[in-house]
Amino acid sequence: MASKKKLDKAVSTATLKRILTYIKKYRIAVAASILMATVTVALTLYVPVLIGQAVDVIIGPGQVDYAALTKVLTKIGGAVLITAAAQWLMNHINNVITYRVVKDIRTRAFNHLEVLPLSYLDVHPTGDLVSRIIADIDQFSEGLLLGFTQLFTGVMTIVGTLLFMLSINPLITLVVVCITPVSFLVAGFIAKRTFTMFQKQSEARGQLTSLIDENLGNLKVVQAFSHQAESQQQFEEINKRLAGYSLRATFFSSITNPATRFVNGLVYAGVGTAGAYGVIRGFLTVGQLSSFLNYANQYTKPFNEISGVVTELQNALASASRVFDLMDQPAISQDAPDAEVLHDVSGQVTLDHVNFSYVPEVKLIEDFSLKVKPGQRIALVGPTGCGKTTVINLLMRFYDVNSGSISVDGHDIRNVTRKSLRTSYGMVLQETWLKSGTIRENIAYGHPEASMEEVIAAAKEAHAHSFIKRMPNGYDTVISEDGGNLSQGQKQLLCIARVMLCLPPMLILDEATSSIDTRTEIRIQRAFSKMMEGRTSFIVAHRLSTIKEADVILVMKDGHIIEQGTHEGLLAQGGFYSELYNSQFAVS
Amino acid sequence: MKRLLSYLSNYKLESIMGPLFKMLEASFELFVPLVVASMIDVGIKNQDAAYIIKMGGLLILLGVIGLACSLTAQYFAAKAAVSTATCLRNDLFSHISHLSYSEIDTVGTSTLITRMTSDINQVQTGINMVLRLFLRSPFVVFGAMIMAFTVNFKAALVFVAVIPLLSIVVFGILLISMPLYKKVQKQLDQVMLTTRENLLGVRVIRAFNRQKSETARFEEENGLLVKFQVFVGKISALLNPVTYIMINFATVAVIWVGAAQVDTGIITQGKVVALVNYMSQILVELIKLANLIITISKSVACMNRVDSIFQLEPSIKEKADAVRSRTSQALESGHGEKAKEGADKVVFQNVSFLYAGAKEESLSNIDFSVKKGETIGIIGGTGSGKSTVVNLIPRFYDAASGSVLVDGIDVRDYSLDSLREKIGVVPQRAVLFKGSLRDNMRWGKKDAADEEIYRALDIAQAREFVDSKGKGLELSIDQGGRNLSGGQKQRLTIARALVRNPEILILDDSASALDFATDARLRKAIQESTGDMTVFLVSQRAATIKNADQILVLDDGKLAGKGTHKELLNSCQLYREICLSQFSKEEVERDGQ
Repeated sequence: MASKKKLDKAVSTATLKRILTYIKKYRIAVAASILMATVTVALTLYVPVLIGQAVDVIIGPGQVDYAALTKVLTKIGGAVLITAAAQWLMNHINNVITYRVVKDIRTRAFNHLEVLPLSYLDVHPTGDLVSRIIADIDQFSEGLLLGFTQLFTGVMTIVGTLLFMLSINPLITLVVVCITPVSFLVAGFIAKRTFTMFQKQSEARGQLTSLIDENLGNLKVVQAFSHQAESQQQFEEINKRLAGYSLRATFFSSITNPATRFVNGLVYAGVGTAGAYGVIRGFLTVGQLSSFLNYANQYTKPFNEISGVVTELQNALASASRVFDLMDQPAISQDAPDAEVLHDVSGQVTLDHVNFSYVPEVKLIEDFSLKVKPGQRIALVGPTGCGKTTVINLLMRFYDVNSGSISVDGHDIRNVTRKSLRTSYGMVLQETWLKSGTIRENIAYGHPEASMEEVIAAAKEAHAHSFIKRMPNGYDTVISEDGGNLSQGQKQLLCIARVMLCLPPMLILDEATSSIDTRTEIRIQRAFSKMMEGRTSFIVAHRLSTIKEADVILVMKDGHIIEQGTHEGLLAQGGFYSELYNSQFAVS
Repeated sequence: MKRLLSYLSNYKLESIMGPLFKMLEASFELFVPLVVASMIDVGIKNQDAAYIIKMGGLLILLGVIGLACSLTAQYFAAKAAVSTATCLRNDLFSHISHLSYSEIDTVGTSTLITRMTSDINQVQTGINMVLRLFLRSPFVVFGAMIMAFTVNFKAALVFVAVIPLLSIVVFGILLISMPLYKKVQKQLDQVMLTTRENLLGVRVIRAFNRQKSETARFEEENGLLVKFQVFVGKISALLNPVTYIMINFATVAVIWVGAAQVDTGIITQGKVVALVNYMSQILVELIKLANLIITISKSVACMNRVDSIFQLEPSIKEKADAVRSRTSQALESGHGEKAKEGADKVVFQNVSFLYAGAKEESLSNIDFSVKKGETIGIIGGTGSGKSTVVNLIPRFYDAASGSVLVDGIDVRDYSLDSLREKIGVVPQRAVLFKGSLRDNMRWGKKDAADEEIYRALDIAQAREFVDSKGKGLELSIDQGGRNLSGGQKQRLTIARALVRNPEILILDDSASALDFATDARLRKAIQESTGDMTVFLVSQRAATIKNADQILVLDDGKLAGKGTHKELLNSCQLYREICLSQFSKEEVERDGQ
């Protein structure tokens, strides 16, 4: 435990340092903020002194010095106005610094997403990454803002109060200083209790949330199996546990305020008694006593705030370290400085003794060789999970091979720029992805400068023009997130149009297994064949018609290419492919 | 709100005692300035040290009593808040579990989940804060004002003038900034959307080399967010300085008025100090009140959202005299209709259906009947209504007109449990739950023996990979079945439905992740081992359904054809088209012969 704590501390120091490097850019603003804070605190502390002076000129009937009173009250007015202005300015500057810093970090984190290897993105749930960039950074910004506004002014107020009190009367100051540590002890005791309870609470809350997630997320299944009663029982059990922790966590954390208020009361009583005694003995005026009482009221408040800020800051640091952790993930290797730029690709692809696996323990592709001549169609066939998408990952260089090599037109793809490699391929995946934006923007995604005519031509070639025309705003219709307002087939047609517009020399196509309506399906087939004319194409095929027309069929099983050949050749072999083919028509 | 009060009324003691003790604490606080005033006016004036110490003791005593009251108050408030939220959560979970499919569709599961989690948490915080502070703060503000009146009428008038003014400023700033905060939240959602979209489309973005423009778009959204944040920040940063100015100017006024009163001998110097103290107490409480209002308005919004879910009535309700099960008394006593001997297993009589909020019918005038033990294939494009047809059988939705009969009885006359007991459903999306494989399989039948489970796994073609994992039925499954492949999950969901040995099995496009060979073996096994089970096969693949006893071809919610593969090839143009797109021409010709 102890060593873990130490480690945590080292991590948070490192995180803190890193945050400071982001803040450095705004050091002038930080200096201004500190200046304003100093002015605010000094004047806030000066006002009670002035009020004390005012009280001192109102001694009793006939003993009121109106001239002096007017002077003091004017001073108070001036001080108050300046304080307010400084305070507003300070808050504003702090806002600006915080939000800018957060923006910088968020942008940097997002940029990093663009260069992270797919091997990282594929295994980390999207929700987790999004929550780091949104929720964690948000939490961090809150902590930072609070830290800025309260930590510094809090410390300043404590120091300033002490100084002012000392300047009025050292003896009574001593009373205040003696009682203060009690406040720390109390706060520390409570914080420790609260922390463990909060931890347990959030643990139980996490369990409850994942149960909710699971059961409500799949409510239809729960209902289909009439499983509601069991789920409810499970739920209530965890909920009861949560209630227990929650009660204790809430109670313990809520006694912080009364407890410190009590300590504050003690300080107040001490100052009042000692001060009044001092007035009798003649080393204090009534006005000064009033100032002291005012300070006593203010004095413990910053202690309270600081302890709150410290927990908030700890949270913020934890969040920041999660974000930094993401940003520290190694990016994909840069293109070599002498990387070649592929152009006028003829479409000759060679895979030479390729070995690849996502995790070392599970071998996927082993010793895979293939020579593809320009214009050939390669069909990838095999059971699910056999490694067909892996081949796409390698061709596009989303992943690098472990050993062996892949080359296009004789260039090893690791020695050409990623950009030129990927521009040479047109890719239509089964999971259609469209961005939120207009249909036109989506079709022109690979070629943003395309003219309207070119966009329409591509849509026509993809057989998408007719349905786009029927949309409420035609090509300017806005597609909601993930193409929500389009059918699966329409989405796929748009993806095809997107590739049509660029018309790269090589294609990677992933045939849909299901969810496309028949008429659209026929259109997609036509669009596919139009696209494939004269282009080297890799097709993850599910339809026999596609498979039969392929020049080479690669039959995959468990990551291996187990058979390779034409439809007739493979049927004649009587191997796995022929079994697969016949099963289509097996009498059930 | 009403609902919340009825929950709170179960914790009457706590809900009343909390604020009560809080007010007690506040009252003791209000005496403090008076005690100090008498210290000055009596103790100092008479040079009475003993009196001063006595008053000091009194201050400490007030503090101790205040602490005791406050701790009691905090406990009761926490108890009331936590208990209320716990009950609310239990009831909401139960309520949601019994909503029908159409409500789930309209509201959306992600919304339901946030209602259950963060919204109720916020309600809990709100209750806690309200019980603690809502009475206390106004009490202190007005208490301080009244105490000021007891000190001096003229000086107290300053309080009367400044408190409403302060309230206007504080709440005015709140009113202006709250909608702006909503705008900030909305923009933050936009930033989140951009991030999500980017991650989901990472392959396409990289394939088209669009990383730079994606980054630019993100920066734009992000920049807008900062702009909004700074703007709102500017306004809400006004709150503290403005209240500070007002309170201190009021203090100046109090001193000025007080000075005149002291001059004419109406009040003493100590009383002026007391007045100043009351003024600063008001400042502190008003700031607290402002923060409280923010919390409350958030909680009220959350409670309303929770309430809107409670107000949803499940659209599918059991009749009072619903058929419980085949052996139930209702049947024996002749209540309800009897399962008709020899009746067709499933009958659709002129069924039409439209989804909630939809303008056009998703199914219109569907008519067919299925005999016990038959296999029915349903084919058609997306949105043609295939899933809708099978969803009407277990009464996940109710037909808009016409009726669906199972064993000769209208599905609306069954109790939901006894109807669904007969049916095994394999949904489109393969869903498994965290727990062991055995736990998951027992969803189908609560007391299923291991042999029964293994039999189901065998039929579902899942035995092989289960065995290869070497853990048997103890195999643990992660949430959402993440540790299994799509095809494995599908086979397990099929096995889950088979465990209960249902009279009717519905496979809703549930073999899409399976390859041809497995798909074929699966169909064969189901055919061989299920005997008189009636099977509905929904699919896009003609190969999957072509050997069914009866095939229903759906087009845009209408029945475009019904018959066997051969019959349909010759009679149904659409069916022919589908087959031509999936088989070779020769095969279609051959089958049509």
